[in-house]
Amino acid sequence: MASLWFWIVAAMVATYVVLDGFDLGAGAIYLVAAKTNEERRRVLRAIGPVWDGNEVWLLAAGGTLYFAFPQLYASSFSGFYLPLTIVLWLLILRGIGIEFRAHIENPVWQDFFDAVFGISSILLAVFFGAALGNVVRGVPLGATGYFFEPLWTNFKLGPQTGILDWYTVLIGVMALVTLTAHGSYYVAVKTDEDLGRRARGLALLCWPVQFFLTFTALVATYFIRPEIMVNYGKHPVGILIPIVVVGSLAVMLWANPKGKEKLAFVASSLYIAFMLVGAAFALYPVVLPARDHQYDLTIYNTAAGNHGLSVGLGWWTLGAVLAVGYFTFVYRMFRGKVQLGEGHY
Amino acid sequence: MDSALFVHRLHFAFTATFHYLFPQLTMGLALLIVVLKTIGLRRNDPVYNEAARFWGKIFGINFVLGVVTGIPMEFQFGTNWSHFSRFAGGVIGQTLAMEGMFAFFLESAFLGLFLYGEKRLSPKAHWLSAVAVFVGSWLSGYFIIATDAFMQHPVGYFTAADGSLQLASFWDFVLNPWAGWQYAHNMSGAAITGAFIMTAVGAFYLLSGKLTAHARIFVKAGVIAGCLFSVLQIFPTGDRQGKMVTDLQPVTLAAMEGLFQGQPGAPLVIVGQPNDQQGKIDNPIEVPKMLSMLTYQRWNAHVRGLDAFPKQDWPDNIALLFYSYHIMVGLGTFFVAIMVVALLLLWRGRLFDARWMLWILMLAAPFPYIANTAGWMTAELGRQPWLVYGLMRTESGYSTAVSAGNGMFTLLGFMGIYMVLGILFLFLIRREIEHGPVGGHESVSNLHPATAAR
Repeated sequence: MASLWFWIVAAMVATYVVLDGFDLGAGAIYLVAAKTNEERRRVLRAIGPVWDGNEVWLLAAGGTLYFAFPQLYASSFSGFYLPLTIVLWLLILRGIGIEFRAHIENPVWQDFFDAVFGISSILLAVFFGAALGNVVRGVPLGATGYFFEPLWTNFKLGPQTGILDWYTVLIGVMALVTLTAHGSYYVAVKTDEDLGRRARGLALLCWPVQFFLTFTALVATYFIRPEIMVNYGKHPVGILIPIVVVGSLAVMLWANPKGKEKLAFVASSLYIAFMLVGAAFALYPVVLPARDHQYDLTIYNTAAGNHGLSVGLGWWTLGAVLAVGYFTFVYRMFRGKVQLGEGHY
Repeated sequence: MDSALFVHRLHFAFTATFHYLFPQLTMGLALLIVVLKTIGLRRNDPVYNEAARFWGKIFGINFVLGVVTGIPMEFQFGTNWSHFSRFAGGVIGQTLAMEGMFAFFLESAFLGLFLYGEKRLSPKAHWLSAVAVFVGSWLSGYFIIATDAFMQHPVGYFTAADGSLQLASFWDFVLNPWAGWQYAHNMSGAAITGAFIMTAVGAFYLLSGKLTAHARIFVKAGVIAGCLFSVLQIFPTGDRQGKMVTDLQPVTLAAMEGLFQGQPGAPLVIVGQPNDQQGKIDNPIEVPKMLSMLTYQRWNAHVRGLDAFPKQDWPDNIALLFYSYHIMVGLGTFFVAIMVVALLLLWRGRLFDARWMLWILMLAAPFPYIANTAGWMTAELGRQPWLVYGLMRTESGYSTAVSAGNGMFTLLGFMGIYMVLGILFLFLIRREIEHGPVGGHESVSNLHPATAAR
């Protein structure tokens, strides 16, 4: 039962990153790709009807994590106190940037909110990547099952790590590049003319960096945590994960210059989802590794009671079916290239 | 008081209080928007649709602020209250996760359609999206109330071998009897905020002599809803909530009412300051025997005072609890008074010309916010010193891994950001109200093409 919930939470986190990832990425390229007021409004129109719905996946994934693994939620959220709070602030600033820009005509303040939106999107992408890096690297959990990490210590992987060290910064930069490419594909799908061309160009520029960082990150991860290979040895089906990752990288490289930006966007989504699934697969059944392995948090020592978990399966399934229904409907309603001249933004 | 405990309590109290300024309006407005859309659809009257669109925009701004200030609430269960989450997460995780899965998805998906999809949807489908937003926001309210109800009156759980609470019965937990009345009371309170704000904006337009067709709709809908919910707020919902406190948290009742010594024929204190050094109310204005009557329906019934309970089980901030409760009740009474008068004037057809009443209705706008905040403070201060009533004390629930200094850092950060948010919010709302339901900026800036196009 706990294993099932492990995969449900992993799938929800992956869904969140794929969905909010493209609007974060659109924010990351926003200041560069969209030059005029009209182009910026196009980008905002492209994400306007969906960004807060995408962010709800974070809430839903967080809520589900809380429900299924309360002890993990307690330990990790208090341990990652500072970065999570900073993420909250960035999410608030970003929301302000998007929404308030639409309500203000003054070009000075439009520039200000544009900068708020763009910069907070970039920092969020880096922080989310660093968070993933922390989970993979392991944290200084002790016998109490709690820990606390300052933002940084000495940027090395000693026993008392900080949120940022060379490894987590590497993963953070990889996340930024990945989401920048992801957002560029989305903007290319949703817009045309100069803006669409510029987005495609940016994605093209991202590709070699993304390719290089993917392999650097994999090597670095193996270097700091050789155990990641154990599950792949035990369950050879896991080999499919890196195959999908490499395959989707190849599709992105091929599809983007051919003007098949939809295909490139799908490939980018697959890439993100399978990178995350790959990390989850490598960690399982550990959910938060400790620097000292005897204190690892696993699905066994953090899950809620069995009755609660099985009751939850019923309503969760219903809720997920409904949510997928709404999202499909909303994305269909707003499909196609963005046209200005209706609604806000 | 231990300083880390204090910082974490203030952290949650501050962020929760600020957060709830927005959902109380969106939950109230969601209902009123459905009413406006329904009338608009039935009568095929564009004025009602314009009115609904205008309130949709106000709703949208509030919704965004509700979302961005709401995410920190969920996070804080883990960041600031990790021992509590470890202890109770096996039970309350159910409702918190269900809120995400059922309410937020519904609300956010259909709000996008409601705000941006009016041209792409048929009138019926657009009406349906308003209904979906309403259902989503009211469901969300229930899940939060059910979570709070567990903290007020834990049911449907068992204690596992490791000392944590785990779910024993889903339905007992979700249908907690405490949650039913608290929900009704809380949602009625949200509807009051929505109704008062709608009335106030309408009154402002009428006093300014502009947009009278829309303004009359706002005032009429607002006054009818405001009167209905102001009455429901006191009876039966407030009365029943009070009965639950009497039965299940008697020490809280004593502290709320400022009853230091238990007595038969206990008086009801209307005004006064609790003096916890001497255990009495200073300069009290009281109604003799009224508390006994209200609590037990007998003039001479004995009401237990604080002296009947060990001091370590008293709510730890009696004065603030006493004031919150009295402010809530005082404002609630005042709301009934002004709304009944306004309704009478409306019925006699004189409200729209009664400038003195329109002034009162306009200036009443902030008070439902104060009353709702005071109500939540009553509920949560009244629960002290317990975090989960009778099972976990507040002092055992916060994150010991997070030092007071780190807690202070983020508290100050939230205060700064929320101050900016508050200023921007007021600015935007003022702008929308100036702009009005039919729009003044005819496509010059092209910022409101939807309204300009019509």
